[in-house]
Amino acid sequence: MITATATEKETKNYLNAEHGLKSWLLTQDHKRIAILYLIAVSVFFMVGGLMAVLIRLELATPAGDLLDSNTYNKVFTMHGVVMIFFFLIPSIPAILGNFLLPLMIGAKDLAFPRINLLSWYVYMLGGLFGVFVLITGGVDTGWTFYTPFSTTYSNGYVVMTAMAAFINGFSSILTGLNFIVTVHRMRAPGLTWFRLPLFVWAHYATSVIMILGTPVIAVTLFLLMLERGLHIGFFDPAYGGDPVLFQHLFWFYSHPAVYIMILPSMGVVSEVISTFCSKKPFGYTFIAFSSLAIAVFGFLVWGHHLYVSSQSAYAGMVFSILSYIVAIPSAVKVFNWAATMYKGNVRLETPMLYALGFIGLFTIGGLTGLFLAAMGLDVHLTDTYFVVAHFHYVMVGGAVMGYLAGLHFWWPKMFGRMYPQAWSKIAAGLTFVGFNLTFFPQFILGYLGMPRRYHVYPPEFQVFNVLSSAGASILGLGFLIPGIYFFWSLKNGEPAGPNPWGATGLEWQTASPPPTENFPITPVVTAEAYDYTEILSANAKEVTHVG
Amino acid sequence: MAGNSKHDEHHIVPVSVYLAVFFTLIALTWVTAWISTVDLGPLNIYVALSIAIFKASLVVLFFMHIKYGTRLTKMIVGAGLFWLALLLFIVMIDIGTRNWIGVPGR
Repeated sequence: MITATATEKETKNYLNAEHGLKSWLLTQDHKRIAILYLIAVSVFFMVGGLMAVLIRLELATPAGDLLDSNTYNKVFTMHGVVMIFFFLIPSIPAILGNFLLPLMIGAKDLAFPRINLLSWYVYMLGGLFGVFVLITGGVDTGWTFYTPFSTTYSNGYVVMTAMAAFINGFSSILTGLNFIVTVHRMRAPGLTWFRLPLFVWAHYATSVIMILGTPVIAVTLFLLMLERGLHIGFFDPAYGGDPVLFQHLFWFYSHPAVYIMILPSMGVVSEVISTFCSKKPFGYTFIAFSSLAIAVFGFLVWGHHLYVSSQSAYAGMVFSILSYIVAIPSAVKVFNWAATMYKGNVRLETPMLYALGFIGLFTIGGLTGLFLAAMGLDVHLTDTYFVVAHFHYVMVGGAVMGYLAGLHFWWPKMFGRMYPQAWSKIAAGLTFVGFNLTFFPQFILGYLGMPRRYHVYPPEFQVFNVLSSAGASILGLGFLIPGIYFFWSLKNGEPAGPNPWGATGLEWQTASPPPTENFPITPVVTAEAYDYTEILSANAKEVTHVG
Repeated sequence: MAGNSKHDEHHIVPVSVYLAVFFTLIALTWVTAWISTVDLGPLNIYVALSIAIFKASLVVLFFMHIKYGTRLTKMIVGAGLFWLALLLFIVMIDIGTRNWIGVPGR
């Protein structure tokens, strides 16, 4: 690790260029908007985390002794809604993507800075609706809003919650639109498509999903609101509707939404592994195109969520085959990361620890997804804890580990300060151990037949639930420690210097934190991405000099 | 950066075109309301959808300027329509093949 001296003079940057609340709330600087998102998303993560604490406390004993059934239903619903719509989907694109995309392509900002700020306000408006529901009584449908329960029977604030997700969707669409136009129109001279960092490819693929998929969930939730509020028949058979149609429309977005969460993480991991092995990623083109392949095939697999509904067996077969196919581009990435590390000079810095955790956990999450894509086995596993464990391995083990890897990797760039290395490595270890202890027992619970969304269960399942709750406390600690040292580092961290990790990429060629205009002069790109020859030869010279 | 120089290439649409599209949309709304009172049997849904698609096309082509947009813009719109077609097609695969294996509900 290369750090700058503490005496380095503090220069003008995006953080100190302007002062006051107004300068933040009306900013059009993509870096400041990313910080606004960071604060908001972190608050929602804590709210969602609090719900998880309640769930795990309740499930520590077989009896329903902490929450009654109705409250438990509302708690797991709010956990899902907050974590998915307000944390996982915006986390990497809106924070790291917003901050880094213009820097990585040598631009001064995103293509539409005002729309970027608008996306944050829309996100906050959606969030306010969510908080209103939370305070006034909650909703009990599960984050999936399945009909006819959500349209006819639920007594919760279904319309308000759907409205929160509906509004939030527009924030997602605006971000995706901004990213696509930026990558097409704002690249620095010489930065051809195949010189783009893999993080940019991943965000491009994510943006395609955002703008093609999100309108469908918006329309679906709108139809749900119309049916619940005005009794217009779309999903209720009594009005001539089809409840399975809701599941089709919901999962047409919500399955690709998993890729909105995981693809940016994959982009982070590609950058981190390349940097900490000082090697060009093995099969750059394959990794880039596998992101697009995931974006396309990810749209064609939604019916594997409907095997136990009245979906036809023939449609189920098609969805099953397509679900197996989507595993191929995901596996391409995992094999290429492993091949990049092979014979590389692997440095186990904190971001790399999280990236390694990502590979292991995402692989388990992906492979257990194949169990669920098998039509026969899925009948046994549907709506059990096996499904809960599977998607937490993908969403937390994959998306959150990638988010933490990215946050630790680019934190020095964002704030110009390092965080304590020893503590950060301890936190990475705790997160990995805590995560596995929380969710691995849930695979066994699910296989043994414990259904999800129940707060009482037979006593023979208690040992696995206690293990899971114990793991959740370790996982909570693993999330809390970075929160503390990140805060601490803002004032007390060692100055980071422009390129503390010895990484390639345009973002590392400007100051940390970057100036408002990103680069004093627009950079001209003359080499491929991930060209480590200069960095390695500079390091070699330094070693010779010291020797 | 190919930014601002493109602004002056924007096509300026005469107000008369906007007015013509507006009045066509209003007229078709009346047609939609009127046709709903006429029983065309199985054609009801097709006629209503045809009018709706025609109206949506007018909005997209003229009010959203796609008729005068670049090829990239048209491609993005095309991708959206293709995705919608994909959604409808695959949902119809399900609905069209239900009960084929003779097990109720499957």
